[in-house]
Amino acid sequence: MLRVEEQQPVEFSSALIARFDEIVKRYPEGKQKSALLPVLHETQAELGWLSTSAMDKVAEYLDILPIEVYEVASFYTMYFLKPQGKYVLEVCRTGPCCLVGAERIMKHIEDRLGVKEGEVTEDGLFSWRGVECLAACGYGPVLQIGPEYTFYENLNEQSVDQLIEDLRRK
Amino acid sequence: MARKLLLEHINVPGINTFDVYREKGGYRAVEKALKTLSPDEVVEEVKKSGLRGRGGAGFPTGMKWSFLAKPEGVPRYLVCNADESEPGTFKDRFLMTHIPHALIEGMIVSSYALGANTSYIYVRGEMMPQIRILERAIAEAKSAGFLGQNILGTGYNLELYVQPGGGAYICGEETALLESLEGKRGNPRIKPPFPAIAGLYGCPTVVNNVESIAATVPIINDGGEEYAKIGIGRSTGTKLISASGNLVRPGVYEIELGLSVEEFIYSDEYCGGIANGKRLKATVAGGSSVPILPANLTLKLASGEPRLMSYESLSEGGFATGTMLGSGGFIAFDEDQCIVRNTWNFARFYHHESCGQCSPCREGTGWMEKVLHRIEYGHGKMSDIDLLVDVSRKIEGNTICPLGDAAAWPVASAIRHFRDEFEWHVKEPVKCLDTNYGLANYAEPIAKAEVTTGN
Repeated sequence: MLRVEEQQPVEFSSALIARFDEIVKRYPEGKQKSALLPVLHETQAELGWLSTSAMDKVAEYLDILPIEVYEVASFYTMYFLKPQGKYVLEVCRTGPCCLVGAERIMKHIEDRLGVKEGEVTEDGLFSWRGVECLAACGYGPVLQIGPEYTFYENLNEQSVDQLIEDLRRK
Repeated sequence: MARKLLLEHINVPGINTFDVYREKGGYRAVEKALKTLSPDEVVEEVKKSGLRGRGGAGFPTGMKWSFLAKPEGVPRYLVCNADESEPGTFKDRFLMTHIPHALIEGMIVSSYALGANTSYIYVRGEMMPQIRILERAIAEAKSAGFLGQNILGTGYNLELYVQPGGGAYICGEETALLESLEGKRGNPRIKPPFPAIAGLYGCPTVVNNVESIAATVPIINDGGEEYAKIGIGRSTGTKLISASGNLVRPGVYEIELGLSVEEFIYSDEYCGGIANGKRLKATVAGGSSVPILPANLTLKLASGEPRLMSYESLSEGGFATGTMLGSGGFIAFDEDQCIVRNTWNFARFYHHESCGQCSPCREGTGWMEKVLHRIEYGHGKMSDIDLLVDVSRKIEGNTICPLGDAAAWPVASAIRHFRDEFEWHVKEPVKCLDTNYGLANYAEPIAKAEVTTGN
């Protein structure tokens, strides 16, 4: 559910706008709404999540109604409608990964980070969640980290610990 | 060694780059098609090949192409469905990661056949690394003159773009994919009109799976008739199979259709048997939507004949004793896996992914998830089992798109073949929390099968 709150206005950088301009060129004249999904990805990569003010700016840029942006952002699972940790560990929780231990990995991450699914660690660095099939079933358990969606495969407790350690030091 | 058409050069270093791909004979199909064949002749070759859609439905690709409307002055579109999201399926990710140019080459040949001058590859958003790979491959192909204006001096123009999705299983359904590509929620459209008449932006559109499009390359290179010689019966050519679950060597394999299931699971050329020396309990042969089968029916038909990896053999016996090839997502369950838990997991997946347009699917998937959850966690009633069958029947066939069927089949088939395991969960509400039913009495336990063919 999308809750509209008073939020700080955001400004898009000129580099971001330039990327938007490139994306819009892919579609025929007047079909710029097609750019909505990729534009939201770019926005989220820059800002970390999609605030109402950010979505309103996207609507303004694409010359569509704000509701057309909200309904899309709330439909697709990749868009964050509230602030997340700097690194969001998204663990596949669907059948094939569970056959090879995904549930154990999620429990381990929960214990290691000390936060429940969807919550952010105190230092603001991490949050985690279970996501549905990531199309990497042969290499499970797997997790991904945006905004580049780097993949970590064949996970076990040790490799997860190592990954968290590496991200902390980064 | 079986013949490889798509993955022949998979181990060549640098095959993901234009130069190496070209050196290995890449883009010959583009030259042949654009310089020596008319668009209709390309369609004819694909028809002759007998290629069937590799995304799951298995509809003949050439026939799908021939339905495309061609009104004057209206653009036509080819959209590649790279929204690979069916649990158990990861072949398209593999192909795009390692041989992106196979898809780009196929897109050029197919777009030419359909008369499209702008084509899109809709890739699921989580595959950002693959999106970057494809974008780079497109740039390479363009600077080599295989994309853009007046390709190879033939006068044919094509622009190719990659579009990211936003994370939604439903966008693998072709009309939901088109909605998404138009910047909307992925709600499937009511058909007719089919995309071939009114698709992207209301224009005639063909939507094809990554593997189907890549397969047009060997079809044009060698001719449709040559391609049709591979395989068995109406299952022509090769197929990428994504193997996952409790296997010694999970991964993506290219098989000639008609390979025996037993050889696929147990031979060293493919999956190498069940991991950790355990026995096979069940398989889901074609992605999570298709019916689950116990080990004995996986390896053999009800008649006792060996079951083969082909569209026909896997569906032999209908849903009573058969399943489907689907997208080729082959999931193996060893003797320690709990069928109830897995069925609940899949039901949760479909509930999560239902777009919510049609009541039977929106409500029914939620009910199935809840009821399965309580059986799995020891709160189930005996009547719940029939309740699940009842709900699944009320979803199946009553929705705009096939997600409803896809959600109903795994539940119905699990109860059909493993009913005693569901009953055990109800009768043993405490025991089921920390032990599994195992192979037990679900069917004749399967000994580790001897491989009789190959190697």
